Amino acid sequence: MTDAVTDTAPATASFHASDEATARLKKRRASETRLRLYGVIAIALAALALVALLWNIVSRTMNAATEHYIAIDATIEEDEDDFLGVVKKSARGAFPYVSGRSAKRELYSLFSDGAADDMRQAKEAGTLETGEAVPMRFLMSDTADLYMRGEFGALETRASEGALTIEEDGKKVILRAQSGAFADALGLAKAGLAREADSLRRQEARQAVGIATLEQRLPDLTGDERENTLAQMTYFKSEQARFAAEATALDALITGDRDTRLALSNRMASFFVAAHGGILKLTEVSAETALAIPLVPMQTTETAPGGAWSLHILDRPEIGRPVKDRQIAILETLKDEGRIERVANWKFFSLSDSTQPEIAGIKGALIGSLWTMLVTFVLAFPIGVSAAIYLEEFAPKNRFTDFIEVNINNLAAVPSIVFGLLGLAVFLNFFGVPRSSPLAGGLVLALMTLPTVIIAARAAIRAVPPSIRWAAMGIGASKTQTVFHHVLPLAMPGILTGTIIGMAQALGETAPLLMIGMVAFITAVPEGITDSATVLPVQIFNWANASERAFDMRTAAAIAVLLAFLVLMNAIAIILRKRFERRW
Amino acid sequence: MNTSDAIKFRCEGVNVWYGDTHAIKDNDIDIHDKSVTAFIGPSGCGKSTFLRCLNRMNDTIDICRVTGSLLLDGNDIYSRDIDPVQLRARVGMVFQKPNPFPKSIYDNVAYGPRIHGLARNKAELDTLVEESLSAAGLWDEVKDRLAAPGTGLSGGQQQRLCIARAIATKPEVLLMDEPCSALDPIATETVEELISGLGERYCVVIVTHSMQQANRISQRTAFFHLGNLVEYDTTNAIFSTPKDDRTVGYVSGRFG
Repeated sequence: MTDAVTDTAPATASFHASDEATARLKKRRASETRLRLYGVIAIALAALALVALLWNIVSRTMNAATEHYIAIDATIEEDEDDFLGVVKKSARGAFPYVSGRSAKRELYSLFSDGAADDMRQAKEAGTLETGEAVPMRFLMSDTADLYMRGEFGALETRASEGALTIEEDGKKVILRAQSGAFADALGLAKAGLAREADSLRRQEARQAVGIATLEQRLPDLTGDERENTLAQMTYFKSEQARFAAEATALDALITGDRDTRLALSNRMASFFVAAHGGILKLTEVSAETALAIPLVPMQTTETAPGGAWSLHILDRPEIGRPVKDRQIAILETLKDEGRIERVANWKFFSLSDSTQPEIAGIKGALIGSLWTMLVTFVLAFPIGVSAAIYLEEFAPKNRFTDFIEVNINNLAAVPSIVFGLLGLAVFLNFFGVPRSSPLAGGLVLALMTLPTVIIAARAAIRAVPPSIRWAAMGIGASKTQTVFHHVLPLAMPGILTGTIIGMAQALGETAPLLMIGMVAFITAVPEGITDSATVLPVQIFNWANASERAFDMRTAAAIAVLLAFLVLMNAIAIILRKRFERRW
Repeated sequence: MNTSDAIKFRCEGVNVWYGDTHAIKDNDIDIHDKSVTAFIGPSGCGKSTFLRCLNRMNDTIDICRVTGSLLLDGNDIYSRDIDPVQLRARVGMVFQKPNPFPKSIYDNVAYGPRIHGLARNKAELDTLVEESLSAAGLWDEVKDRLAAPGTGLSGGQQQRLCIARAIATKPEVLLMDEPCSALDPIATETVEELISGLGERYCVVIVTHSMQQANRISQRTAFFHLGNLVEYDTTNAIFSTPKDDRTVGYVSGRFG
């Protein structure tokens, strides 16, 4: 210390070289490294999330990129009108062995209504081929399409060892195979029964709990209440007995020996035997014999040697899937014959919404979004830019303009559904703008976008260097000339960026549009700003809510279309910005 | 150097307030035509503020108030029937930092004539642009690239482009607010020569921090201090026989 007083320079040097200083340096470096690490982690997480999102959307969209057609022959008259009839007649012609009302209904429901629509359109366009045995491609229904994509599980093929003897017994067929060829099937069926027995025992236990609860309550009750409770207890007891009896019956089946034939139900896995070009569905099975009904007839009933027949299992019970066993048999037959075509789904872009997923498309929503965005831009851009110019260049700075500025900033943070309510009250109810029209949607979204545009435009105008204003005014340009000849062109890139941000926000907006009826189910493509329409985000919302599973992949595809729309809009903005951009 | 005695600006009792700050305190000055008048003084003395009164650029500042009489050729430029925009076409201005528009060299010069309707057709405009660029000594350097952006020129060239732009509107007075302070010595020399030449045709008023510059290019010099016009005389008199102590101190480099 005394040294420091007499000679400061060496003391300072020793201060910066001391252990404390070294420790401080180490700490500083560690904190810098840590900060950089946090940044890298944050970016990595964001990138991972983005990749996951894109991968999810793209992989699901790929599913919607194709659709299935069934190629069969049809007979079409010159003046045909009943195209649904044509589809049904052709189906009957291609599968003459399908008889009975319910079987036929199952056959018809393999085909989409879109198949008839296609023919009607072809007729209107004059390209429909008529005559007998015209080769046609019929669009597959959504459930059949999902089966083809393996949505309900894939058929599992078991090896077929030994010969299969086939014996017809009325409508049914008795199958015999040596060396326990059906033992696997029997085991699976019994496992299914065991699960069912378990579930029955749980229900039985639940009844017991109910009875115990009522018994506790019983001593406190009198009159009608007591009577009612007693009646309820009697009911619970009978149910308990029923569940117990059913479970015991199942137990008996499960413990039955492997040579007793077990009856199969639609609550168990489905078993198919393919032989001699036909497909049989097993209804009773033991280890070595089975009773079956032919879904697709066999050519002969000769004994099939080992390897010439096969056993197929579909794990999911028939009751738990919309596609039935008979339909599966027909689809598999068609597939083996090469009569199922998988083609690109261009329909998705040329059709509008529908209750049937296979003929639902995005066109209506896409055009609706385009019109709505057009209205939004035409309103929000000029009004927003004018407001920004006035506030920034002309308005006096006083308490009133301060008040306006605060309000504009706050408006940008108002929840969008509030703008929807405003639109409903003002535009629809007071001004009578057509409900669910792009005009109404555009007006509401323009209101929502305006604050964003104004704020961005003001910032861009403020960022223009004042020297440019002085230069213009110094040679006698008026305020208006200065603004429109110099300030605005220089601010334009910034204004456009802000506008595009606002428009992108508006494009993805759903909530305010729900309020003004754009959520309605609309199958027509809007031809103007006053037609009923829906927009992309609302379409996605509707499809995501739909109960049909086939809408799943269409939802993903619609999201992909929305993202593509956004990217396109941003690309246009970047091009415009590059053209307006000037360096100084 | 021919020194004209015709008076262009006659200013009497000029006061300027920025809000409550009294920036210019009751100053009188006569500025002569066809000569260069330099305003010198330490920072914050009000010389730039006074310059900006001469073309009413102070009007763009909300809190600025100007009183007194400023007569341009005998007409009060602050009277009601004078349009400030029109006035600025007659009284051109060149700023401290070169500020060409982010447009082509041609458009920079042609902008003023276009908005004031000084050329009836393209040929006249072309002539006017060439004249202005020649007067600013820039024509030979840029005649082959008139379509190139004005912001691509060097600092000195940009400042001469700004002078050409000011000349193109056919002004009577040229105000220059420290036109060389952002330039290197060589560019400064070129611009100084240009200003000396312009002094023979226009009434030029220049604000400068450099006393050597004032000495080199001006015929008259006004020394401002704390909002007061301390001394105003021919440049020779100010630099060789200053009367006020503050002037003596400033020109001899003792403060400022």
